[in-house]
Amino acid sequence: MNWLSNFVRPKIRALVQKRDVPDNLWLKCSNCDAMLFQRDLAANMQVCQHCGHHMRLSPTERLELLFDEGKYTEHPLPKVLADPLKFRDQKRYADRMKDAVAKQGRSDALVIGDGTIGGIPTVIAAFDFGFMGGSMGMAVGDGIVAAAQLAVQKKAAFVAVPSSGGARMQEGILSLMQLPRTVIAVEQVKEAGLPYIVVLADPTTGGVTASFAMLGDVHIAERGALIGFAGARVIESTIRETLPEGFQRAEYLMDHGMVDIVVHRKDLRDTLARVLGLLMSGPKFGGGKKVESAFAGPHGATQIVLR
Amino acid sequence: MLNLDFEQSIAELEAKKEELSRVSSSGEINIADEVARIEKKIERLLKDTYAKLTPAQKVQVARHPNRPHAKDYIDALFTDFQPLAGDRHYAEDAAIIGGLARFKGQAVVVMGQERGHDTESRVKHNFGMAKPEGYRKAQRLMALADRFHLPIITLVDTAGAFPGVQAEERGQAEAIAKSIESCLRAAVPIISVVIGEGGSGGAIAIATADRVYMLEHAIYSVISPEGCASILWRSAANAADAAAALRLTAQDLKQLGVIDGIIEEPVGGAHRDPATIQAAVSAMIDAGLQELLSRHPSALKAERRQKFLAMGSKGLS
Repeated sequence: MNWLSNFVRPKIRALVQKRDVPDNLWLKCSNCDAMLFQRDLAANMQVCQHCGHHMRLSPTERLELLFDEGKYTEHPLPKVLADPLKFRDQKRYADRMKDAVAKQGRSDALVIGDGTIGGIPTVIAAFDFGFMGGSMGMAVGDGIVAAAQLAVQKKAAFVAVPSSGGARMQEGILSLMQLPRTVIAVEQVKEAGLPYIVVLADPTTGGVTASFAMLGDVHIAERGALIGFAGARVIESTIRETLPEGFQRAEYLMDHGMVDIVVHRKDLRDTLARVLGLLMSGPKFGGGKKVESAFAGPHGATQIVLR
Repeated sequence: MLNLDFEQSIAELEAKKEELSRVSSSGEINIADEVARIEKKIERLLKDTYAKLTPAQKVQVARHPNRPHAKDYIDALFTDFQPLAGDRHYAEDAAIIGGLARFKGQAVVVMGQERGHDTESRVKHNFGMAKPEGYRKAQRLMALADRFHLPIITLVDTAGAFPGVQAEERGQAEAIAKSIESCLRAAVPIISVVIGEGGSGGAIAIATADRVYMLEHAIYSVISPEGCASILWRSAANAADAAAALRLTAQDLKQLGVIDGIIEEPVGGAHRDPATIQAAVSAMIDAGLQELLSRHPSALKAERRQKFLAMGSKGLS
C-alpha cells in the first residue's frame, strides 16, 4: 500500500499532469471569459479590452497608477500583536497568515505610500484583496491610523483605496474595534483641514464599508465595483427573494446617493487629481491665510498616538 | 420560563417541584420539606451550570427570549422617559428605541436596540435589527445629547444591523459609520452596556463609548458564531466551535481590554431574576457616570479616542 501510494501514484500523476503552461501569459476575463494576453492586460490597467470589466489591481499597481509618474515612497505597516486569540478553525490562523505573507510578499493586507497626485502631496493606503480577502484586522487598522497620521504630518491629502471583504474574523472582537479606530484616523485628517478621498474598488464590503470607507469628503468608485454592507447571500437568505439587477454595484450606489463619481479606471488618476486640486485651492481671505471653516471643530488636529 | 437544552435536569426538578406544590396546596399532605429540598437542589444545579457555561451556551443565554430587554431596563432604571422618534430623513425605526430620561435624577439620553417580547412586538421592533434610519436616529440623539450636555447611555442587544435590499439602498454602511463618528464627536460621557447580544457593526455603532460594560453571560462579536462557522467551517453546524474560537464572552473581552467591566448576573442568568440584574446594571452605570462627570468635556473626547487607539495591545494569556 505504501509503495503504491508513495511511489507508483506520484509517477502516474507526473505522467498525466498537464504540461506546465506559464500561467502568467494568458488570463481569462472573469466577466466575459475572453482570453487576454497578460501583457496587454497590464498595459490596459487590468481592464478587459473586450468587455471593459475592471479586474482587481494589486496595491502596488494601484499606487503606481495613481501617483505622479508612478513614483512613491512606501511605508511599512506598524507591528502588531500576532494572532491575539490563538484562533483556529479547520486551519490555524497563524498558518493562514504564514501562507498569505508568503503568497503576497507583504506583512498584511495594506500598502501605504506617499507621493504626489497632480503635484499635490498625498498619502495613499491601498488594500490587497489577495491577502486574506483584504480583511481588516489590527495590522490593517493600525496601517490606516498610521497613514492618516502621516498625511496630517505632511499636510498631505489622504486617499484610501479599500478592496476588502470586511473585518478579519480570525481576530474576533479586535477586528471589530478597527471600525472606531479607523473612524478616528480619518476624523483627524478632516480636523487638520485636509481632504480625505475614498476610491472604492472592488469589493468594498462589511466592516470596512461601515467605517472609514463611507466617511470620505468625496467618494469615487471604480466601474462595476461591488460596494455594500451585508453580503448578497446573507440578504437573499433573510428576505428570500432574488436581488435586483446591478445590486450593490458602483452605479447602483451612485443612484442611491452613496457615491459621488463612478469612473473608468483610465480616468481615475485625472479625476482624483482634479478633485484634490479643487479642494486644495480654496480662496485665501484676509492676509493670505485660509479661513477656518465654520464646520471644523473648535480644536485643531490632535496627534494620533500609536502604541 | 423557557428552559435551554443544557438545563434539562433543572427543568425536570422544576416540574417536580411544581407538581409537589400543587399537591401540597390541596392540603392533603405537608411536603414543604421536600419542596425546600428540591429548591435547594435547583439552586445548586443552576449555580454549577451557570458557573461553567461554554461559549456556545452563553450564546443561548444571551439570546434567551425571557432575558430583560432594553425597554425593561429603561422602565426599571430611568424616570421621566420621553421617547423620541424618527431620523428626520426617511422613517422611524423601532429597532432602536431612545429618548430623554432621568437616571437617578440626572437628565440623560438613553437608547438601545429592543428585540420585543412576543410576535407582535418582535415584528414591530424588527427583532432588534436596525435599518439605516435606526442608526440615523441614534446619530440625531447623540447630537442632541451633545448640544445639551446630557450624558448618553446605550443598551446594546442586537443580532446585527438588518441585512436587506432597502437597508443597503438607504446606506446601511454609511449610517453605521456615521453613528460611530457621532459617538466619537459627542463631548459628553457615553456609557454602553451589552445586555444580551452585541452583534458586530450593528452593535459598535452605538457602543463606541467611554465605558463599555457587559453582563456576565452577554456576548459581543465581530460575526455571529453561525455566520463564522458557515464561512470558515463551511457549515453552520460548527457554530459551537466558532463561538469558542471567536472569544465572544465578557470574560475574554475583559482580558483583551475591549470592555471595562463585567456585571455579575443572578444565579441562573438575568432572565431568572430581572430585578436583581437591573439593580446591578444601575449601580454600574452610576459608578461609571460619577467618574466620567468629573472630567472636562474636551478631555472626555480625547480620552475616548485614546482608549480605542490603544486597543489591541493585549492578547489572551
